[in-house]
Amino acid sequence: MTGQDALLSYILRLGDNALVIGQRMIERVTGEPELEEELANANFALDYIGQARMFYAYAGELEGKGRGEDDFAYLRDGQEFRNFLMVEQPNGHFGDAIVRQVLFESFYLLQLEKLIDCADTRLAEIAARAVKEIRYHLRHASQWLIRLGDGTDESHERVNTSLGQFWRYAGEFFHGDDVDDLIAQEFDGPDLVSLARSWRASVESVLKQATLSIPDDTFDQTAFSKAGGRAGMHSEYFGFLIAEMQHLQRAFPGANW
Amino acid sequence: MSAVTKEQVFDWLSEVLDPEIPVLSITDLGIVRDVVIDDRVTVTLTPTYSGCPATEVIEQSVAHALRDHGLDNATIKRTLSPPWTTDWISEEGREKLRQYGIAPPAEPAGKRVLLDSGRSIACPRCESTKTSLVSEFGSTACKASYRCEACLEPFEYFKCI
Repeated sequence: MTGQDALLSYILRLGDNALVIGQRMIERVTGEPELEEELANANFALDYIGQARMFYAYAGELEGKGRGEDDFAYLRDGQEFRNFLMVEQPNGHFGDAIVRQVLFESFYLLQLEKLIDCADTRLAEIAARAVKEIRYHLRHASQWLIRLGDGTDESHERVNTSLGQFWRYAGEFFHGDDVDDLIAQEFDGPDLVSLARSWRASVESVLKQATLSIPDDTFDQTAFSKAGGRAGMHSEYFGFLIAEMQHLQRAFPGANW
Repeated sequence: MSAVTKEQVFDWLSEVLDPEIPVLSITDLGIVRDVVIDDRVTVTLTPTYSGCPATEVIEQSVAHALRDHGLDNATIKRTLSPPWTTDWISEEGREKLRQYGIAPPAEPAGKRVLLDSGRSIACPRCESTKTSLVSEFGSTACKASYRCEACLEPFEYFKCI
């Protein structure tokens, strides 16, 4: 694998994470517990879809086969998507969505902050744009997690259960492969070992304020954790997600506004 | 072609309004990054937010405005760098926002501003700083909702980002 191949794969993974978590947020539109959250969630989803478009547009140029944003989003099969399993998990209740957002965005924010200084100019530019949005998202989600964790017995119990459920998908963030290695070596991208340390510190500080504790104290990356997204091996929920997302383009190929 | 100057093009662009905050022109907002005139006119714009739904509408409005002034083959480019922040909003733009009832961004954009709140935002109507945050979000991604405790009016605040 050359550096350029790794770059293309890496950018598609970034686009897939953004698209899939954005799609999960879109599913929650009109289902939020209050109006403020309705606005917040829809705006977050919009940021993610916008970021996915920037990543896909760049991936299409790198690939040079004439594929564009819509081709990557609508015309690839499930196994071709390379998003983390965490972002494709079903939404569950409000607390589940907040826990997922804190765990994923704590990682994504650190990843973007590192990519701002990477050796690929275009990727650095996209990261610099996206990082401002994700900081705002994470602040919002963290405030909610603190409010729920340090809230009533019921809310504490429910987010504590959510944390246990999503925690096992967090290890995958740090299960790097040769793409991650090449991005770190050839493009001065994130080093997953130091990212794991920063991630843990950042998550732990929010959890502490939320009176929650990290489920697995040893945080052994090889311990019970789910992975496969980087290789296109998804959980069963993913097929349903893309079936809905791609339905229009599959039923009416080439449909346009 | 030689008759067109950069200033003229900027002048024309200052009449193109932001579709979501129609008191601001795109030059007030600071999203026109560059105008280059050689054998044709190239206008470079930058999006405010990644998912800003107004981006495409603005590009069409720019093409339209230039066509109205006889420039049929202008090129419109998009750039991400440097990323737009609220610091790009002009002084005139800030005054227009205030008059329209939207409190302009209170301080320079930066990491600190994004990560902690707690600063006081002046009411665009009565200028009181006794105001409270109602919601981090408003009618668009770039605004938060506030209430003035002095005149009791709700208002929107253009967030620093």
